[in-house]
Amino acid sequence: MDAPLLSVRGLTKHFKPSAFSRGPVVRALEDVSFDVPRGSVVGLVGESGSGKTTIGRSILRLVEPTSGEVRFNGTDLTKLSTAELRKQRRFMQYIFQDPFASLSPRMTIGQILTEGLEIQGGLSREERSTRARQALAAVELPADAFNRYAHEFSGGQRQRIGIARALALDPQLIVADEPVSALDVSIQAQIVNLLRDLQQRLGLTMLFISHDLAVVEYICDTVIVLYLGRIMEIAPSAELYARPRHPYTRALLSAIPSPVPGDRRQRQLLTGDIPSPANPPSGCVFRTRCPYAIDACAAAVPPLETVGPGHLKACIRDDL
Amino acid sequence: MVAIALPRSNGPLARSLSRFVGNGAAVAGLMILLPVLIAVLTYDLWWPHAPNDIDLRALNKGPSAAHWFGTDGVGRDVLARLLQGGRISLLVAGVSVAISLVIGFLVGALAAFGGRITDGSTMRLVDLAMTLPPVILLLVLASIAGTGIVPTIFVISLLSWPVLSRMVRARLLELRERDFVVAARGMGANLWHLLFRHGLPNCIDILVVYATLQIANAILLEAGLSFLGLGIPPPEASWGNMLNAARSTVVLEQYVWQWMFPGAALVLAVLAINFIGDGLRDAFDPRSDLN
Repeated sequence: MDAPLLSVRGLTKHFKPSAFSRGPVVRALEDVSFDVPRGSVVGLVGESGSGKTTIGRSILRLVEPTSGEVRFNGTDLTKLSTAELRKQRRFMQYIFQDPFASLSPRMTIGQILTEGLEIQGGLSREERSTRARQALAAVELPADAFNRYAHEFSGGQRQRIGIARALALDPQLIVADEPVSALDVSIQAQIVNLLRDLQQRLGLTMLFISHDLAVVEYICDTVIVLYLGRIMEIAPSAELYARPRHPYTRALLSAIPSPVPGDRRQRQLLTGDIPSPANPPSGCVFRTRCPYAIDACAAAVPPLETVGPGHLKACIRDDL
Repeated sequence: MVAIALPRSNGPLARSLSRFVGNGAAVAGLMILLPVLIAVLTYDLWWPHAPNDIDLRALNKGPSAAHWFGTDGVGRDVLARLLQGGRISLLVAGVSVAISLVIGFLVGALAAFGGRITDGSTMRLVDLAMTLPPVILLLVLASIAGTGIVPTIFVISLLSWPVLSRMVRARLLELRERDFVVAARGMGANLWHLLFRHGLPNCIDILVVYATLQIANAILLEAGLSFLGLGIPPPEASWGNMLNAARSTVVLEQYVWQWMFPGAALVLAVLAINFIGDGLRDAFDPRSDLN
C-alpha cells in the first residue's frame, strides 16, 4: 500500500483568550494522529464540541494549528509559507455545513464556481467557464443555473453548488464538514449518494465529518471517533459497527434509532454533558461519563493501542 | 437531474433598485434634485448672465424679466450666482465625500483585517478623531489650511470619515467569518481578493447610504464655513457666502431675494438628498420587503 494522501500527527489546537482579556485556554484538539489513505473516505464522528470541525479546518489551515504535523502528499502543510500554501490549496477543498451561509449572496453561481480557478490563475476566462459548467453538470444541476443567484435555490441545490465549487478546482482531498446535517432527510440521501458517486467516479479522497452515525456507516471506509478533542477509537467501518471496543463508541452506537418497531436493544445511555474543553478531566477525558471507569483512568491519558487490524482504541480497560 | 424550472428572479442590486422606486419620498427627492442638478450643470448654456458680470444699471433690483432672481448690491445676477454657487457647493461636497469614502473604507478594512493590535490602535485613533468637537476643529483646520476650494474640501473630508470607518470595520469583521469568505480563503484568496471581491460588494449599501447623507452634510458644512468667511472666499460664489449677505439688516429686510433664494436652494437640496439617502437605506435592507 502506498503512502497515505493525508497524514496527521500530533495535531493540537488551543484557542487562547485575547491579549486584553483573561480567560482559560480552550483545548479544542489534543494530540490527534491519523492517516487518510488515497481514494478512501474517512469519517470523523463525535458530539458537538468534540473538535470535528476544528480538525477539518486545521488540516486546511483555515485555523492555524497550535502544534503538530499535517502531511499532504508528503509536504508538511503547517510549515509552508502563505504563498506556498496558496499553491497547495487547489488540491484540497472544503464543503460547508450551512448551504445558506456558504454562498455569497452578491455573486452569480457562475462567479462562485469560477472564483477558485480565478484565484489560482493559469486559465483563460473561457476555460474557467467550461470547467465551472462541467462541475455544475457533475452535481446534476441544470446549466441555466450558471447566471442565477444563490437565493434562487433550495437548500439541497445550494449544497450541490457548494460541492460543485469544491470540484471545480479538481482537488485530491475534500473535507466535507457535516454536508447533510442542515438538510431535510429526503434531501440528505440524495446528497450523500451524490458525494459517494463523485468520490468513486473521480477517485477522491474524503474526510467526512458528521454526527450522524448511520450516514457515516454508509459512506465511510474508516471511522474515527472523537471525544473532547481526542481520538477514542479508529476502526474500519464494518469492524467498528460490528465490534466497538471503546465504551464511548458503544454508547454512541446504542443511540442509533432502530428501524425495526419493537426492537428493544440494550441501550446504554450517557448521562451528563460533554465537559468543557477549557477544563478537561485528567487522564482519560471520557472517564467522567464512562460506566466502566476505574481509579486508574484518572491517572494517565490512555494511548491509542492496536487491538485488531486497523483497529485502535484509547482505553486502558482491555477486558471490554 | 433535478432540473426544476425556477422562476427567474433578479440579483440583489436590481431588487434594491425596485424597492427604491417604490419609495415615494425618495422618488420625490430625486424629482427635486435632478432638475436642480441639471440646471446647475448647464446654466451657462441657457442663462445670459455670468455670475461675476456687473450690471451697473441694476443694483439691488428685485426679480424681473432680465434678472429672474434679481441682482445683488454690485449688480450681479442672483440666479447666475446661485447656479454657480450650486456647482461649487456640489463639487466641494462630492469630492470631499469621495475622499472620506476612500479613507473610511481603507481604515475600516485595515482595522478588520490587520489583526488585533492594528485593529486596537486604529480604532482608538478613530475614537480620538470622533471626540474632537467638529465645529472647533473645523475652525482651527480652516484657519491653518486657509480659504478656497481645495482647503475647504480638505477640511470637510478630514472630518467625516471616522463614522464610516467604524461601520465598514463592523461589517468586514462579520464578513470575515462568513462561510463564503472562509471558502475563498480556502481556495487561496489573498487580501486583495477578499477586500475587493467580497468586502466591497458587501459594504456597498453602507457606502452608498453614507455617501448620500454625507453629501447633504458636506453642503451644510461648506455653507457654514463660507458663511463664517473660512470656506469659499468672494468673489467666487457659493451658497454659504451668498447667505453671508443676510448678515446686513438692510439686505435682510429690503433685498429679500439676495438671501432667500440661496437659502431655499440649500434647504431644498439638503432635504432632497436626505430623502434619497433614507430611500436608499431602506432599499438596501432586504427586511423592508416584509412591510
